[in-house]
Amino acid sequence: MKKAGLLMIIGPLFLLGLFYFPLWNIMLGAPQYPEPLGMNIHIDGIRDMNEFDLQNIDGLNHYIGMRKLPKPEEMWEFSTFPLVIGGMVALGVLIGILGIIGKLNYQWYAGWFVLMSILGILGMYDFNAWMVDYGTNLDPNAIMKLANPDGTPMSYKPPLFGHAKMLNFDVTSLPSSGAWMMFVGMTTTVIAFFVGWKATKKPT
Amino acid sequence: MRKYSYILMLFGITAFLSSCGNQGDNKSSNGALSSSAAEKAYVAPGEHDEFYAFMSGGYSGNITVYGLPSGRLFKEIPVFSQFPTSGYGYSEETKPMLNTSFGFVPWDDAHHPDISQTNGELDGRWIFINGNNTPRIARVSLETFETEEIIELPNSAGNHSSSFITENTEYVVAGTRFSVPVPQRDMPINEYKGNYKGALSFISIAPDNGRLNLEFQMMMPGFNYDLSHPGRGKSHGWFFFTTYNTEEAHTLMEVNSSQNDKDFIAAVNWKKVEEYVKNGGGTKMPAEYAHNVYDEHTHMATSTMKKEVITVDPTKVPGAVYFLPTPKSPHGCDVDPSGQYIIGNGKLSADLTVHSFDNMIAAIEGAKFDGEAYGIPILKFEDVLAGTVKSGGLGPLHTEFDGQGNAYTTFFISSEVVKWKLGTWEVIDRQPTYYSVGHLMIPGGNSRKPFGKYVVAMNKITKDRYLPTGPEMEHSAQIYDISGDKMELIYDFPTHGEPHYAAGCPAELLAPNSKKIYRLSENKHPYAVLTPDQAKVERDGNEVHIYMSTIRSHFTPDNIEGIKVGDKVYFHITNHEQDFDVPHGFAMIGQNTSELLIMPGQTKTSLWEPKKPGVWPFYCTDFCSALHQEMQGYVRVSPAGSDVPLTYSLGE
Ligand SMILES: [Cu+2]
Repeated sequence: MKKAGLLMIIGPLFLLGLFYFPLWNIMLGAPQYPEPLGMNIHIDGIRDMNEFDLQNIDGLNHYIGMRKLPKPEEMWEFSTFPLVIGGMVALGVLIGILGIIGKLNYQWYAGWFVLMSILGILGMYDFNAWMVDYGTNLDPNAIMKLANPDGTPMSYKPPLFGHAKMLNFDVTSLPSSGAWMMFVGMTTTVIAFFVGWKATKKPT
Repeated sequence: MRKYSYILMLFGITAFLSSCGNQGDNKSSNGALSSSAAEKAYVAPGEHDEFYAFMSGGYSGNITVYGLPSGRLFKEIPVFSQFPTSGYGYSEETKPMLNTSFGFVPWDDAHHPDISQTNGELDGRWIFINGNNTPRIARVSLETFETEEIIELPNSAGNHSSSFITENTEYVVAGTRFSVPVPQRDMPINEYKGNYKGALSFISIAPDNGRLNLEFQMMMPGFNYDLSHPGRGKSHGWFFFTTYNTEEAHTLMEVNSSQNDKDFIAAVNWKKVEEYVKNGGGTKMPAEYAHNVYDEHTHMATSTMKKEVITVDPTKVPGAVYFLPTPKSPHGCDVDPSGQYIIGNGKLSADLTVHSFDNMIAAIEGAKFDGEAYGIPILKFEDVLAGTVKSGGLGPLHTEFDGQGNAYTTFFISSEVVKWKLGTWEVIDRQPTYYSVGHLMIPGGNSRKPFGKYVVAMNKITKDRYLPTGPEMEHSAQIYDISGDKMELIYDFPTHGEPHYAAGCPAELLAPNSKKIYRLSENKHPYAVLTPDQAKVERDGNEVHIYMSTIRSHFTPDNIEGIKVGDKVYFHITNHEQDFDVPHGFAMIGQNTSELLIMPGQTKTSLWEPKKPGVWPFYCTDFCSALHQEMQGYVRVSPAGSDVPLTYSLGE
């Protein structure tokens, strides 16, 4: 029981990495950008991969009528996400401690994991919705108004996961170090659950 | 007599035949080697060169930057000459760079670049170069590749034995080729002898920011001080200058200054002189010389006129200067990486004279002098001589080193590079140049740590090397691979201007520090606009200041009205890009100056004095974006005295 509880404490602590490391990374490379432009999406805002990348992405995007990338204060997500993550870390650690002293059983570990997964999926859904809006809700006076072969206006929504070709840019969107730490942490809580489950099965 | 000439003729024919035979051999071996030679000089598309080569532009007044071994031209750095491409010397900010005690001098003859050193090794902070005609020394940043400072040298003329750096970049040293009256005065030319002086200037370099200060000038006898190099290692603290015209002739120099069998190498113990000056020695003399400094943060140059210089009479400082007799009007004065050998390239002879530093010190200690010249002791030739290189070539000019114990000397008259061994003085190899080589360059080849992989020969005559371009042609250069025993010609390319010398440097020393942009947030230009909403137009009498910003792909503001004929209109343009390699240009119709090319984060100013009423367009000259053609604006000019209000706008 002690081992499972310890794992349950350690797992959520990995999520603290999100306060320092980016959750997601989007890279934009083009012939004239041999060193690609990049943005790191943190839970509290979007930051440059290299200095001035955001400014330069905005500069390029203005040709096709995309809005500027949001500042932290312009999106509620960037103030809410840190609270949610912080709360989930505290909750997970609390569950782990209570698990060690025997006040809670291992099923709570799975409960935390399920709750975190739901929140994660909601977060992804929200992120994707923002990208759809960002990539399709374009300035009607854009300098370049491009259409797909079928006549519909071209969308510049970056992929949520993987690579897409957008005009002259190769756009790659992948989870970044913060997300990987989160996955490791969440997996640890699943392990905590199985360890706890096995421990309860043994004596019987 | 007749028989003698007949024999000579026979000899000539034999030589001709045998050289023909050799040439045949060379051709066939070249044929076999040509593919590997091509590979050696080939830098594939997208790949980078191994070395930077900074070549002086001679009468272009500038420095050109090439890659080695490809010979590709990367940049021309404006130094002493106005450069309409970027607006250097035309923009309000850079006009002061070309200020001198003679007023604005838009040109010079740039000769010998030298890269800053630490412990005798290239450190890649700055490159220095001399202006020969109106004596000046410039310092160029190797982060921005822009000229940051120019100091004029008083009491000097023909600033040729310059600009060479002591091994910890303590001083950049500049000697006078044309001795002159000091101070300048109205006097008969034929009273030259004994009256004119040759000033050797020691300019200190501040270690933190490179700022130059003329510390002292040694007033030497009125010879021609041709080239120089610092001692290094054990000879650090000494500086060696070749002289010619020790005859002190003032007319028909080609004959009259070539009469002495030997001229001198002047060995200057600058540490002694420095000490002497520090202790209050020397004479403060009134002078007038410009000191021009460009500030990277204000993006502006300021010119200050200095009023005084410390001069030193070398005879007043015991042990400061000795003359080393050196045959036949020596040109290059080169010191090997160990600091032991001082090479005099006697340009009117076949042989090279090599002096030994140890011998020189022993001779000085033994006080074995062979008379004196104007109170300066002359050492005995035999006492200081280390050896003679019997090269078989004619007209040696300049020598550099590969760090493997070999030296490479150019021979102007016989048009070749000769490789020889230090210490044994034996000739190892020789290769023709095309044609009449002046200087050569091995990256780091005049430092304690040469990078002996390539030698570049810079030639004075081009003739048939390339497709003809009328009577005037660029000069040719050849690159030889010297990594083997024998030199191998691997590439031949034209160079811009007339490179008199070059300095090479491993790419990895400079490339990582090369600036990509100037930070807008650090822009301290008094007329900069840091955000587009600060853009404005202000009138002050007939002066109009336009605070303008640019970003792809518009000027802010781009419509201006209320300008009048007779106004002086200053366009202060700040490039708001913070993206590598996105300059914007600025040009105004009918403007009596050059365009501006403004780097990201930079502010430059162009003066326009409209002469006719009308609506006059300006535009961006750099193809900055897909909408570059749209990057334009209009200025409405009304007749003098009209009352059109001053307005400016964007997108209205
Ligand atoms: Cu432009």
